[in-house]
Amino acid sequence: MSVNTAMIEKYRNDFLKEVEENVEEGHWVKMCMQCGVCSGSCPFGPHWEHPPQEIFMMIRAGKRDEVLGSESMWMCTSCYNCIVRCPRELPITHIMHGLANYAHRLGLAPKMNPTRRFAKIFWDNIAKTGRVNELGLSLNLYFMDGFGSGVKKATAMAGVGVGMLRTKRLNPFALVRHKGVQNPKEFQSLLKKAKEVEDRRKGLAG
Amino acid sequence: MSETKTAMYICNGCGLGDRLDTDSLGKLAQSEGKCTIVRQHDFLCNRDGVDTIRRDIDDDGVTHVVIAACSRRAKTEAFGFDDVALGRANLREGVIWVRPDTEEARETTQEMAEDYVRMACAEIRYMQRPEGNPNTGDNKRILVVGGGVSGMAAAVEASKAGYEVLLVEKSGELGGWAARLYKRVPNREPFSDPQDTGVEDLVKTVEHDKNITVFLSSVITRTSGAPGQFSVDISAESGTTSTENVGSIIQASGFSNFDAARLPELGFGASADVVDQAGLELLAGKAGDGPITRPSDGKEVASVVFVQCAGQRSDKPGHLPYCSGHCCNTSIKQAMYFKDTNPDVDTLLLYSDLRTPGNGEDFYRSAQRKGVTFTKGQVREVQTANGALVVKFRDMILDDDAEARADLVVLATGQVPNSGIDIEPAAAEDENEGSGVDAASNNNAAVEVPLESVLNLDYRQGPDLPHLRHGFNDSHFICFPYETRRSGIYTCGPVRRPMDIAQALEDATGAALKAIQAVENASLGRAAHPRSGDLSFPSFRKEGCTQCKRCTVECPFGAIDEDEQRYPVFNESRCRRCGTCMGACPVRVIYFESYSVDTVGQQVKAVQMPDETEEKPRFLVLACENDAYPALDMAAQQGLQYSPFVRVVPVRCLGSVNTIWVTDALNSGYDGVMLMGCKKGDEYQCHFVKGSEMAHYRMSKIDDTLQQLQLEVERVETYEVEITDIQRAPKLIDDYVNRVNEIGMNPFKGF
Repeated sequence: MSVNTAMIEKYRNDFLKEVEENVEEGHWVKMCMQCGVCSGSCPFGPHWEHPPQEIFMMIRAGKRDEVLGSESMWMCTSCYNCIVRCPRELPITHIMHGLANYAHRLGLAPKMNPTRRFAKIFWDNIAKTGRVNELGLSLNLYFMDGFGSGVKKATAMAGVGVGMLRTKRLNPFALVRHKGVQNPKEFQSLLKKAKEVEDRRKGLAG
Repeated sequence: MSETKTAMYICNGCGLGDRLDTDSLGKLAQSEGKCTIVRQHDFLCNRDGVDTIRRDIDDDGVTHVVIAACSRRAKTEAFGFDDVALGRANLREGVIWVRPDTEEARETTQEMAEDYVRMACAEIRYMQRPEGNPNTGDNKRILVVGGGVSGMAAAVEASKAGYEVLLVEKSGELGGWAARLYKRVPNREPFSDPQDTGVEDLVKTVEHDKNITVFLSSVITRTSGAPGQFSVDISAESGTTSTENVGSIIQASGFSNFDAARLPELGFGASADVVDQAGLELLAGKAGDGPITRPSDGKEVASVVFVQCAGQRSDKPGHLPYCSGHCCNTSIKQAMYFKDTNPDVDTLLLYSDLRTPGNGEDFYRSAQRKGVTFTKGQVREVQTANGALVVKFRDMILDDDAEARADLVVLATGQVPNSGIDIEPAAAEDENEGSGVDAASNNNAAVEVPLESVLNLDYRQGPDLPHLRHGFNDSHFICFPYETRRSGIYTCGPVRRPMDIAQALEDATGAALKAIQAVENASLGRAAHPRSGDLSFPSFRKEGCTQCKRCTVECPFGAIDEDEQRYPVFNESRCRRCGTCMGACPVRVIYFESYSVDTVGQQVKAVQMPDETEEKPRFLVLACENDAYPALDMAAQQGLQYSPFVRVVPVRCLGSVNTIWVTDALNSGYDGVMLMGCKKGDEYQCHFVKGSEMAHYRMSKIDDTLQQLQLEVERVETYEVEITDIQRAPKLIDDYVNRVNEIGMNPFKGF
């Protein structure tokens, strides 16, 4: 049984409770008073499919698939305007990231969402050695949509790359020899432990 | 009255001496003004100046005093000589402060001052010192009608202040609606849980109070008299009637619940599991600390939906157009009844705007913390088929149709005031016709107010307190909230406007204080608000009266009754001294000792009218002393200026303006007459409620007269001026002066 179906089983129709117990800062969702200041304050306001106010309402209305499958939470740029302005002091930015994270874990997040994909590339990159391999990260990003578009993007940025090379901001040998953390084994077991702890806390183990 | 002796005192302070030729003003007062004594003083309001006046009154027998200095609104304590007739010539705010200090302006400024001196002298000749109302009553008992929270609180407050109280309750026990509540919305920190109503304690306090006499199962079957001397019949259900004398009355007759049977679309009546808020209180009271069960089959309620604004804030016929104010907090409280017993009960509250007055915001937050779900939604219908309740609603945030299943549905219906019979329904209908409101959809008509009189007043204008909107009793909502349009009778609680317990308690205290003030003023023969302390009262020359009944009909306070021969009976203690009767009287027989058709009319005539050739027009401004006149005073204080050709006469209320003043002014050559009064209509700001409205109405009729005289209708204009119109008022004057100047001079000059 997938984690998703397990959660559906566990919470039945009470999506609000599911959010409260599994999403970072999710217990705040019930405190929203639907004033809409967050939606009005968001610099991306008009581009959201569902602005935060609506997301909160949908959670209360039990619209699980629509919320978790939404692109909306992935739009958040962490500008913190909403948190600053929320009269009920909800940590809206954190809730948005929490929801995105939860959706991703359940495998419900939109597959092609660029923010999600970037986050994934970034995570895989840093989790490998404990330090970001910048060259690898850039190349992964350029070529994430295939070879053709990758060459195009890389060519467009060539000038910047050369400039960085000249000022020694870019190590061309990082592709072959990237210096990670001193004790990669310990780092890996640390990550593993952290995941265990989080899964246990959120009931995602197994 | 012994011989009159008039003295004028001209102040030279505040720049008056520099800007004006006060010597010639003095000579004018003596020659034209017929003042026996004229004195000048450099600083009239200091002790020496005041002592000078005092000495003349005490030693020299001065009976009439004119102070030519600042506005009548300034230095009232220094110049508070209440043992003489007192007039004021406003040379400071009325003249020098509104004119530039230049050589060119000197002549017109002096003319202005001379006219105000002439006007003050003319006024004082027709004034007498008010002696105080002779028909006073000194009964200081207070009658409270209604034994709910408002009534009991008012009774206790009045008793605590040392007044004897009669408390009349229609039902067999004290407590009213509040006694039927399981718990109340909290009034204490941290405002997070429902708390005990406290009604039992209040009932006990009332019952043990020796100052309070309670009449249960009783109603008022007759009320007559005036403040300080009301006589009321208290009739018990058993058939016995006792007549009691009281000084003032507090009407706390409360509200009835809106009849939820008018909401079949919300399932009320179709299912026993759809209840109103009062119904839920009963269920909660029955359940106590245990789980609430549903009425149909006694099953424990696992899900409940609260429908806010059920039959209120709605323009549908038969619904209440207003917000009852308490229902959001009440539903939050009721949702907590469920959540506090069992947090797993689904509680959904459907609202369109959540309104939580007082500290309700904390209470709302507490409910959210407890897991009550709040959804902004408009309920379309409640389906009751097969005993299962389905609430169909429009989700206003998601803009989507939605539904919720529930074991129990609670409708938040509104409060309908028990305000007695609407004695002015015809007037209300006329207004609606005028504004194009379809009579069938008229909300006022649709809301059924119990057709049962509360007070049974034997007043000429009808048995109950006049209503304003939606059946609530008229009370001056801005300035004097407990005042009604019947002196000595005060309203408090939901009969005045919709409210909750906390507001009702506050209201009760306010009304008790007003009732106390009324009996104290009445026993001294003085007016109640807004001319609090005024000793003058209306009289009439019976031989001139034509029994036309205009004064009895138009008095905003129902003070005037009629005797068998249809002559007016003034009931001085009920009078607020606005003079609306004086303005109404076509034969001008009504007068006050200090304010009459003559005191103003002679001022109008006293102004010197320059020839047409001099190009000095004259304008008369009749300004309401409550708002317009202070606005002009403040404009003067701020150094704003206006035309030197206007002469401002303060009036008690625009309602007191008799049309003779206007026609006399035009006949004697004034080029225009401006009337400045307060806002009228439903959102009136008139201190005397109807005065401004009456004036506007009367002036609309004066156009015919003007046309007969071949005069332009623009020569008489009525304006609404607020006390805050400090910038606007002088501008209004100047604009008006310019407009009339374009029309040209009044052709009646010099005749």
